[in-house]
Amino acid sequence: MNSELLRFSTAGSVDDGKSTLIGRLLFDSKSIFEDQFEAVKSASERRGEEGVNLALLTDGLKAEREQGITIDVAYRYFSTPKRKFIIADTPGHIQYTRNMVTGASTSNVALILVDARQGILEQTRRHAIISSLLQIPHLVICINKMDLVGYDQVVFDSIREEFEGFASKLDVHDVTFIPISALNGDNVVERSTKMGWYEGTTLLYYLENVHIGSDHNHIDTRFPVQYVIRPYSDAFHDYRGYAGRVAGGILKKGDRVMVLPSGFTSTIDKIDTADGELNEAFAPMSVTVLLKDDIDISRGDMIVRENNQPKVAQDIELRICWFNEKPLQLKGKYEIRHTTQAARCIVQEIQYKMDVNTLHRNLEDKTVRMNDIARISIRTTKPLLVDSYFKNRITGSVILVDEGTNETVAAGMVI
Amino acid sequence: MNYRLDHLKELESESIFILREVAAQFQNPVLLFSGGKDSIIVSYLAKKAFYPAKMPFTMLHIDTGHNFSETIAYRDFWVKELGCRLIVGSVQEAIDQGKVVEEKGYNASRNFLQTAVLLESLENGKYDAAIGGARRDEEKARAKERFFSHRDEFGQWDPKNQRPELWNLFNARKHLGEHFRVFPISNWTELDVWQYLALEKVPLPNLYFAHKRKVFLRDGILLADSEFIPKKPDEQVVEMTVRCRTIGDVTCTGVWESNATSIEAIIAEVAASRKTERGGRTDDKRSDTAMEDRKKDGYF
Repeated sequence: MNSELLRFSTAGSVDDGKSTLIGRLLFDSKSIFEDQFEAVKSASERRGEEGVNLALLTDGLKAEREQGITIDVAYRYFSTPKRKFIIADTPGHIQYTRNMVTGASTSNVALILVDARQGILEQTRRHAIISSLLQIPHLVICINKMDLVGYDQVVFDSIREEFEGFASKLDVHDVTFIPISALNGDNVVERSTKMGWYEGTTLLYYLENVHIGSDHNHIDTRFPVQYVIRPYSDAFHDYRGYAGRVAGGILKKGDRVMVLPSGFTSTIDKIDTADGELNEAFAPMSVTVLLKDDIDISRGDMIVRENNQPKVAQDIELRICWFNEKPLQLKGKYEIRHTTQAARCIVQEIQYKMDVNTLHRNLEDKTVRMNDIARISIRTTKPLLVDSYFKNRITGSVILVDEGTNETVAAGMVI
Repeated sequence: MNYRLDHLKELESESIFILREVAAQFQNPVLLFSGGKDSIIVSYLAKKAFYPAKMPFTMLHIDTGHNFSETIAYRDFWVKELGCRLIVGSVQEAIDQGKVVEEKGYNASRNFLQTAVLLESLENGKYDAAIGGARRDEEKARAKERFFSHRDEFGQWDPKNQRPELWNLFNARKHLGEHFRVFPISNWTELDVWQYLALEKVPLPNLYFAHKRKVFLRDGILLADSEFIPKKPDEQVVEMTVRCRTIGDVTCTGVWESNATSIEAIIAEVAASRKTERGGRTDDKRSDTAMEDRKKDGYF
């Protein structure tokens, strides 16, 4: 039962074998049930398809099944004795970039599929760029359909070289290449007998063993206060607990801490949970912190260390992905949500748009439309307590909300 | 010191975060209770999330009137355990008042009538969020659900136009008359739920454990013999040792042959099972997209 949780995202188009690969992982780890399999089989037959279309397992909505495409993120689960896996299965088309961003936001690993016959395509580059923008810690490039290129090492090596050349321009630190055949199961769960030249691990072994212990920030203490717990009961008359989820660093009983934005300092009296007190808490634990001094603290405040504070900023630089049909409005006002805080902001400047296929910065056309990635400057109505996204994915991320329609219109990463 | 959480602790922490977010972002949230293990776990987590204060949610049970009697007994016990208020939305009353019309025939079920009663109960109570125990691994339409799922003024779900949900930032803004469904255990699987219930020693309804019961077979599914299900002439009632894998209305909840009398035995059974838990739910089998269709209309 002592297994870790690993979240990974996949992206791909209809033909690159993504559904087959997911189907294979689910099937070989015994996560597909008989009745699910039977339902998919009979649906495939009704549709007049040859064989069993495993994509029907992941494409859950009527519109997706009708059109044979993945539109929205679907979540899939499987586990091995070592780890439990959450797959965010996202569409690969450029018109669904926003869904890819959504699925990737909490991932530890991004799995990118390459068709060995096609090599690196525009879509491969886009996935890699988005994964690097979202700072997914680990990238695994599965070069699929090796069976169709005679399991040839030369093909694998040349794709690998081409990708490495391109990735040198990206902010990615850990890239692994695995030659596979999802259809035949080569190097997915079982080692391939046909690629003796490959000395690396299978995909499942990689997913089970990739080091994710450092994916959370355990250095910079950040505790956004989510909710104040006041029981008002006789037994807990003076209890005043600050509930929240640790966003970074380690909180210890007895630590000197500072509360932002007020700047008051105090000492951690207790770290409480329903299971009893803890001596320390780290990301991503949900706990309740009690302080020695009576300070006015509410939702949106942050408990940090005096010598390690986030930036207290009203002028913020963001890299955003735009989600809405209505383009981003220069000088437009939006609600901004950051950790447990909400404020309003105005878009001061649109610096450039980034081409997600080439990394090219477009300084001329600054109309930010759906699925565009852009760099902008905003000013907020009150100071936010931010870190760079590079340093902390939780305290460095924001969303923008249209105050008229209430829709979430952008995801933003603090630069 | 190894700063790692095991998967159950991480799931627990995620769910507690969501539940606290509901309390912070909504005015009048309600917790939907069905008597099944998923709503039991959600309410159990809600109790933990606000410890030592009481959970700031009222519990709402949509009662079809076609329950296993054990469900109602457990519900009343559990409400006392949690120390929260219970509100019951009655399908029988809605039928009596002519608000909804009962289905006819052998496979008649009040499952569909629950939607209207649920929406009316939410409206009457002016609830702006309904917390439920749906999980993404249960069913393919549920695999697409957000944690915070927006519903329009008719209670409808628009699966093609869901709000993107990133990191741990949840947007609960809505217009007057709209509401949200919130699913704190979205990322739990059936096995996670059982492992956690065992770990935390949560008391459960007896229906989940193997017991002797009079049952009959219909369309490959074992149903409990009950006054609420008219039997066809050729349907034979026999006594078997069975248990429920999910608990819903008697008319649509299949039972399974099983000898599992402890949570540990259930975990072994679930881990080895080759059929999904909703495989016994006749309400899902009405079409390929039965769940998506019901959810669009406002079902749980």
